[in-house]
Amino acid sequence: MERYIFYTVAFIMIVFAIASVSSRKMLRSVIYLLFVLMGIAGIFFLIDYNFLAAIQLTVYAGGIIVLMIFSVLLVHHIEMELEMAKTSRKILTAIASLIGISVVLFTIYSNDFESVSIAKTTTTTEIGEGLLSYEAGGFILPFEVISVLLLAAMIGAIIIAKGKKLEPTKDETK
Amino acid sequence: MIEGISIYEILTLTTIIFFIGIYGFITRKNLISILISVELILNASVVNFVIINKYLYPDVLQGVFFSIFIIAVAAAETALAVSIIINLYRQISSVEVKDTETMKY
Repeated sequence: MERYIFYTVAFIMIVFAIASVSSRKMLRSVIYLLFVLMGIAGIFFLIDYNFLAAIQLTVYAGGIIVLMIFSVLLVHHIEMELEMAKTSRKILTAIASLIGISVVLFTIYSNDFESVSIAKTTTTTEIGEGLLSYEAGGFILPFEVISVLLLAAMIGAIIIAKGKKLEPTKDETK
Repeated sequence: MIEGISIYEILTLTTIIFFIGIYGFITRKNLISILISVELILNASVVNFVIINKYLYPDVLQGVFFSIFIIAVAAAETALAVSIIINLYRQISSVEVKDTETMKY
């Protein structure tokens, strides 16, 4: 049963990924990306990492997609059609991508992975303890660095998006 | 792990999505479309981290931590990119790559 669910999800993801990079309408392209991201969350649910699936759904489907829709609506008309690349360039890139896919797949299939099958559910407690432990193998330093990075990105995004209006404080008093 | 699905099939899926992202990255002419392609590439790599962790080393959680960090960095990157695009649109009224000649502040 899980096998068929995986094949369905994989098919949906590939179709919508292709639609997302080839659609000529901006907003549709973002919505197709949303389907791909939800398919990835489905794969996380299938391999029993529920916490990651929840992160994927909240951060990507809830945050990034909404941000992208906002930016599309701010800089485009909804029905505006995109300028596409030349056909020769498209075909060349498609051939290059196919060569890349075949090289990577050849490498993957010639490697012998030794799968270990332990049916073990990862709880959120284990992930939290791993993130916050400062012993060997703990991730407390990257965790703190990421928090500083997110703060810096937030302030930077506000300042960049505000543009030039930030600096002249003298003009406001006039 | 998924019943009846080996690691090869999932790695095939992520490889295909990764190269679809690269195809979009090269052929698209619009900054927001390029951002969408980057998201596809990042997501394929996140799935790779998680799958290899689950199938080959199920007793540790390193892949999960790395994918959490990748997701956080991707969120920060998208927020910054969107703010840069909006600011650029205000100054040159376009988000096409060919019009983006001045990004100097």
